[in-house]
Amino acid sequence: MATALESSATLLDQLTDGQTTSLRLTQDCLDRIAAHDTAIGAFLHVDSEPALAAAAAIDRRREAGEPLGLLAGLPVAVKDVLATRGQPTTCASRMLQGWVPPYDAHVVERLRRADAVLIGKTNMDEFAMGSTTENSAFGPTRTPWRLDCAAGGSSGGSAAAVAAGMAPLAVGSDTGGSIRQPASFCGVVGLKPTYGRVSRYGLVAFASSLDQVGPFSGDVRGAALLLEVLADHDPRDATCADEPVPAYRDQLERPLDALRVGICRDHFTEGLDKDVDEAVEAAIDVYRRLGAEIHDIQLPHARFAVACYYLVAPSEASSNLARYDGVHYGARSDDYDGLVDMYCRSRGEAFGAEVKRRIMLGTYALSAGYYDAFYLKAQKVRRLIQQDYQQAFTSVDVIASPVAPTPAIPLGSLVSDPLQMYLADTYTISANLAGLPGLSLPAGFSDDGRPIGLQLLAPPFQESRLLQAAAMHERETQWHLRRPPLAEDSS
Amino acid sequence: MTAPCSPATTIIGLEVHVQLLTETKIFCGCLNRFNPEEPNVQTCPVCLGLPGALPVMNRRALELAIRAGLALSGTIAGTTKWDRKQYYYPDLPKAYQISQFDLPFCDGGWMDVDDADDGDETQASRIRLIRVHLEEDAGKNLHDETQRGRDSRIDLNRAGTPLLEIVSEPDLRSAAQSRRYLEEMRLLMVYLGVSDCNMQEGSLRCDANINLELVNDDGVAIRTPIVEIKNLNSFRGVEAALEYEIGRQRQEFAECGGVYADSEKQTRGWDADRGVTFAQRGKEDAADYRYFPDPDLVPVQIAAEWIEELRTGLCELPAARRQRLVDDLKLSRYDASVIIDQGRDLADYFEAVAQRCGDPKRAANWVTQDVLRELNDRGQAIGDFAIDADGLAAILARIASGDLTTRSAREVFTALLDDDPEGEQVTVEARIDEIISDRGLATIADSGALEPLIDAVIERNPQAAADFRGGKQAAIGKLIGEVMREAKGADPQSVRAALIERLSS
Ligand SMILES: [Zn+2]
Repeated sequence: MATALESSATLLDQLTDGQTTSLRLTQDCLDRIAAHDTAIGAFLHVDSEPALAAAAAIDRRREAGEPLGLLAGLPVAVKDVLATRGQPTTCASRMLQGWVPPYDAHVVERLRRADAVLIGKTNMDEFAMGSTTENSAFGPTRTPWRLDCAAGGSSGGSAAAVAAGMAPLAVGSDTGGSIRQPASFCGVVGLKPTYGRVSRYGLVAFASSLDQVGPFSGDVRGAALLLEVLADHDPRDATCADEPVPAYRDQLERPLDALRVGICRDHFTEGLDKDVDEAVEAAIDVYRRLGAEIHDIQLPHARFAVACYYLVAPSEASSNLARYDGVHYGARSDDYDGLVDMYCRSRGEAFGAEVKRRIMLGTYALSAGYYDAFYLKAQKVRRLIQQDYQQAFTSVDVIASPVAPTPAIPLGSLVSDPLQMYLADTYTISANLAGLPGLSLPAGFSDDGRPIGLQLLAPPFQESRLLQAAAMHERETQWHLRRPPLAEDSS
Repeated sequence: MTAPCSPATTIIGLEVHVQLLTETKIFCGCLNRFNPEEPNVQTCPVCLGLPGALPVMNRRALELAIRAGLALSGTIAGTTKWDRKQYYYPDLPKAYQISQFDLPFCDGGWMDVDDADDGDETQASRIRLIRVHLEEDAGKNLHDETQRGRDSRIDLNRAGTPLLEIVSEPDLRSAAQSRRYLEEMRLLMVYLGVSDCNMQEGSLRCDANINLELVNDDGVAIRTPIVEIKNLNSFRGVEAALEYEIGRQRQEFAECGGVYADSEKQTRGWDADRGVTFAQRGKEDAADYRYFPDPDLVPVQIAAEWIEELRTGLCELPAARRQRLVDDLKLSRYDASVIIDQGRDLADYFEAVAQRCGDPKRAANWVTQDVLRELNDRGQAIGDFAIDADGLAAILARIASGDLTTRSAREVFTALLDDDPEGEQVTVEARIDEIISDRGLATIADSGALEPLIDAVIERNPQAAADFRGGKQAAIGKLIGEVMREAKGADPQSVRAALIERLSS
């Protein structure tokens, strides 16, 4: 029987030749959610009835011989940071609990038009701020591989949903690693596109100059398929690029000749988990075996990336989240005395600790007298980091590195140490600062069975190259075929 | 001996806000229309500030803004950008206003303001501008006026209306001059077609910064703390608020002797009903707007060719046109101002009449007196006026040719105004002929037609005739008047000549 554990390509074949239907597939996803999501916590909202209705409608159209969109009835889970008309969109915050947007995000429109079945909204760190999904106001997401460990974040729900076979594909957002890191923790493929590749219209903003929407999938082909749907020029997003969207899947099987893989030795120093180190070295060996040249590259300003990121992102966040003031929508305190008190209490009561911390950091960094020393200087450093990558990509095609310093971490292990939590973003945030596409793909497991990801970065708008390089590794290793024991149990 | 509080210098700078006449709002596709009757209908996720919505610049708003900047002789920037100005207020749904901070689209510029409003010796003062920038307007809070603690409501129809902010240097020296500056600004913006500047609807608003330089008992010149008066929305309000504030600051100076406990800038409101300014907020809430570049919008490149194209496309500006009416058409400065200050349509009307009747001075007299009086009485705009430029030119041409007396021309004018607009359509020339013949207004120039009338009048007024013959020149006036009453179309010059001839024979 077809289940969402199969690859999207297999499922599409089965749908096409009638071995399964979208309805059965959707029901299978809903069954898995019912069976396992109490333990995993991947979904904040399961849209069961509308999903089944949409699946049935797509099946009818297929039977009638009507042309279907690229996703042709595949269930897709959507991170709860994207506006969905008629479905709650909470950003895992009490602030937006119960808010139902009157409009669809651009990518949600694209999904509907591609005949995806939108199965539900996935858990995340509140307003996408965090690396473990423990900052969700509605409980954490656990990696299906180890229920005592975090799924990563902030798109932990989307990554876990794909890993557990609750949806063959999912959409996340990545501001500093929020797609790639949970993909690594959950053993799936996650891709953060070039800044501007995918419209941000309807993506609830965390840090506007860093946020980007991207796909999760069990394999590289699925990520390529979903990216074809998501990527588009949208005139409603002024930062969205008017670049043609390649047919990413067409290139996948073609290995890259004389691939040059860049390695930054600074990435393999203290703080890197031994199992991760070995897995990444092994992945690099795979490329070497496939005939790639491995080059050392220099990223001299990379060591400032965390500091730079934690000025730029909170600054923008402090501004983006100012609109949650209890006036027009969202939570309003029940008890206040006058307008200013209403603002203070509503925000004080409805935002979680990490969101408040970043709002305060950002407010400080933008304040008169501090702006030049913090925000402006961070922007200068950001340009230097961008230049480092431009320079590096003159001699290599992709850059390989760990995704995170460790495999999935135990729940609760870093919540009281925000600085350590921030430092763990060190491998992923540069891609956001430089606007580069980055991909995380399964590259092995720790001794105790937690998945480990490999990160590949490419120059702007080279998602095709990234996917091709990832596919080369995937064909050799087949890591992506392993499934968490929990998911296999119920199939 | 020094005079306490001797009048010295008044220092005023204005920040003028002008709503632009675009079809749609500045960052979304919603209609840009004044519509207080139906709150919140001209809204969308973008101008409601909903989570996830993004702004996209309306290029038309920038175009209108550049036209205004060029007309104000400002320097248009090659690159400009958008910044977020952050503050909390219920009518600001994103809790920041998209504005321009350090790279406004237009730098500098100036506007000349006539110093006095009559006479031909008028001097103009050049009021320099600091900058002009573009931003989005906020919505409107609708407070419960009953003070019974009911909820306030918010209308976001206005949120996202493109708003030009024109910031002057502190070059204005009196309340009256500030008012004239604002009037000239309104005229310019309306001329350019970039705004309707309807003050009742809030499409022209103004904040004023004012302080005084006064001399204290020791003869030392001291500046009073700057006061910003917010949200002035009428010409009279601007003038009255500034006059009030000049008096208040002078009084305060007299009381404290120029020694201020607090010399920080103060914000005051204007209570038009009571005619006073009042303190609005102290410096303890002095806002830090935490400006930073809006990451949702890309920097805007303004091509030099585009600027030139817009510059070339500018209409003749009011100041230049006023001057041309004086220099080329030989109007008095006063008449020229009356015509130009009424707006572009009236000036166009005047020029069409002047050109077609060939006598600008006569055209000016008729337009500034007869036409304006009728427009005022009828509450009409020139575009709705029953007599178009051809009609008035035709009447005036007949005066020039001697076919109509001025008095008869007025009667034709009135008759044309009273014509039923739905009535039979004939050319205005034909209609004027009709009125002249219906009412017997044709000038009676040939003495043959006048003779019997003159004889009859002389016969009825023997005393006046005798007085004239006896050398009392003034006596003829009575006789001319009587002849004129009888012969409607008669030309007074011909009547006088004929009478003199008859009485002298
Ligand atoms: Zn709108």
